[in-house]
Amino acid sequence: MYVADSRGTPAPAVTTEPAVAPGISPGRRAALAPTVIALGTVSLITDVSSEMVTAVLPLYLVAGLGLSPLGFGLLDGIYNGVSALVRLAGGHLGDRFRRHKLLAGLGYGLSALCKPLLLLAHTLPAIGAVLALDRTGKGLRTAPRDALISLASTPENRGRAFGAHRAMDTAGALIGPVLAFVILRGAADGYDAVFTVSSCVAALGVLVLVLFVPRHTGAGPTAAPGSVPDVDAAVARPSLRASVHLLRRPALRRISVCALLLGLCTVSDAFVFLLLQRTTGIADRWFALLPLGTAAAFFLLALPLGRLADRIGRRRVFLGGHLALLLAYGLLLTGSAAPALPYAVLLLHGAFYAATDGVLMAAAAGTVPEEHRGAGLALVQTGQALARFLCSIAFGAAWTAWGARPALITAAVLLAASTAVCARLRPDEADDENTDHESADDGSPAAATAAH
Amino acid sequence: MTLQRRILILLTAVLVLAGVGVVAVVRASSRADEKNQEQAGGPRITPGHVSLTPGDGGRRIVFRNMAWGPHRDELTTVPAGQPAGERTASGVSCLRFHAAAGTGICLRSVKGGVQDSYRAVVLDAHLKEVSSHPLAGIPTRARVSPGGHLVAWTVFVGGDSYAGTNFSTRTSLLDTRTGKYDASLEDFTVRKDGRTYQAADVNFWGVTFAADERSFYATLATGGKTYLVHGDLVERTLTTVRENVECPSLSPDGTRIVFKKRVPGAPADAPWRLYALDLASGTETPLAEARSVDDQAVWTDDHTVVYSLPGDFGADLYAVPADGSGAPVRLMPSALAPAFLG
Repeated sequence: MYVADSRGTPAPAVTTEPAVAPGISPGRRAALAPTVIALGTVSLITDVSSEMVTAVLPLYLVAGLGLSPLGFGLLDGIYNGVSALVRLAGGHLGDRFRRHKLLAGLGYGLSALCKPLLLLAHTLPAIGAVLALDRTGKGLRTAPRDALISLASTPENRGRAFGAHRAMDTAGALIGPVLAFVILRGAADGYDAVFTVSSCVAALGVLVLVLFVPRHTGAGPTAAPGSVPDVDAAVARPSLRASVHLLRRPALRRISVCALLLGLCTVSDAFVFLLLQRTTGIADRWFALLPLGTAAAFFLLALPLGRLADRIGRRRVFLGGHLALLLAYGLLLTGSAAPALPYAVLLLHGAFYAATDGVLMAAAAGTVPEEHRGAGLALVQTGQALARFLCSIAFGAAWTAWGARPALITAAVLLAASTAVCARLRPDEADDENTDHESADDGSPAAATAAH
Repeated sequence: MTLQRRILILLTAVLVLAGVGVVAVVRASSRADEKNQEQAGGPRITPGHVSLTPGDGGRRIVFRNMAWGPHRDELTTVPAGQPAGERTASGVSCLRFHAAAGTGICLRSVKGGVQDSYRAVVLDAHLKEVSSHPLAGIPTRARVSPGGHLVAWTVFVGGDSYAGTNFSTRTSLLDTRTGKYDASLEDFTVRKDGRTYQAADVNFWGVTFAADERSFYATLATGGKTYLVHGDLVERTLTTVRENVECPSLSPDGTRIVFKKRVPGAPADAPWRLYALDLASGTETPLAEARSVDDQAVWTDDHTVVYSLPGDFGADLYAVPADGSGAPVRLMPSALAPAFLG
């Protein structure tokens, strides 16, 4: 694995680490950066841990504690809002102190701490508080982690790096529930055993992060080879203002507008699964498996579509992903009872995630200078998350007012229009290759200060 | 730090954490064995014949036995006059149960490959399986109509990772006379405030049947509120009657409903109190139970209701007068989902 101690000094021994320094273009077949593999492993392990809990939580509340789990949905929405704000903070603080790894570690650590706390929480509000803390950890770590991935890969390999990371992440989500139910089979009512094993797995994830993810301090214009990182940090600390002013960068602004616009027409997963079940009449007992279908498609397609994005352009793949979603809406609207329809919808839904989730980050990374990477990615992610949240509320209201079908038709029309607008907006990777070293080019005072 | 040292640390941690995990699983599985041992001072239980036939062996209570031992989770019976007496266990296991007029509904888990699945099983008076229906989620409520012809049940449906921590309920109805099965009450027409109502967040639970073997009451939740709805099985309609009503239970004479409602000022984890609603006058009367009850009460006669509260071995049953007078008394320990027969 990557030797963290040699960070900043491109030692000949670490040839597999694609150089982050500008101007060095490694071969197209270069292996994935060890940092990306390490972060992917951390995400995989952490997702195993958290999905173990998610999978047994309803069962635990009803069968284990005798509580009604209704009403959780409402709390869930509030937590998501908190998570979006924490994400902005995580991205900014990671940049400010040049400590993406530390911030990500704090986030992973906070979530890991929540797993043993579940052993102590026996009431709905207490469990809700633990889950809120868990989400805070998730919010805190996401932007710094994506910043680390983008900083560890070269611009031309970024789609593949994010694709590999998302595939590993989703693999964890697929393994977690299986592990949880295997434990419950071995030990009837063994929810505490599930939570204990989940704690151990989470701790392992944090340890892998601490041991094997290098503390990237940014190898941008300010980092002289071999310099002491702490001194660097003291020199260039992006202010909050600078982070906010990131939106003055036209390329980032275009990407953010596209993410927002398309996010506003992205019907939330729960609705998609509900519509799928209603239109096709899938038996109730398969309902809980529908998300696994999407996850499986996401897992299989994330890396290939990430690579494709590197080759033919991230914008094309990103928009293609939304066309896949549009097609999925279209299939739902046909109301056909064809046996292949659920598979096709789930495949398209998973393809939508594979073509957009990591690809958006890869594209956004190209529009933000390294010293603002965390805050820049956080802005795009938060914008997208809030847009999807709004869409979810609006879709629910439309369903109530007009019924499911007209609501979906509206969403499909808006999605088609937004995709067309974004195709014209060209949130292009044309400036992708050079933005990594053009920090001061756009004349924004913030960028100029940061890059001195 | 050298690579070797980091790998060494990782391997050590993997061994330690794996050890902790294995110990936790082993402890949990041995504790499961412990539940098969009878607890000291628990009720006496003997295996025997349990019948749902009305009048067979006098007035009786049939319920899910929660006491530890070989008959844990089995349908068990005691004479209604001696609830603390010796229990007769049937060998038939149910998570949720209800019975009337010789028909029983048993919601049970079925061991699966990796994950347990659940089934709703209609039982005849001799606890023989009449029909069986796969369930979408975790069983929570079950009811049989007074005449034994209609059956309803509710499950919690939880999505997986991508659906987040959202839960919803699904309520199904079965007419044992015609075999007509409604997989979800959400297919019925909802009339709210005089208008047809449709929303994505509609959830139903807790059906209670009227004596006419056609109409029923249930809970509707939408927009963060709960409503009492009156259902008609022939017209396939659900009409809202009143707000802030959950888990209704219709009295045998059909004049009152005991339900749980959220009371202001109660702690968020214990928000419910039992109330009685007079259907003719619309007046609500708080029952004498001061604790939060998360159960669908059962009427023992026209004057008393029984409900469960968490106990040392899962749940205990309590009884309280339905007119707001008196005080709650513990009917029996380690019992859940009672039905009064005869």
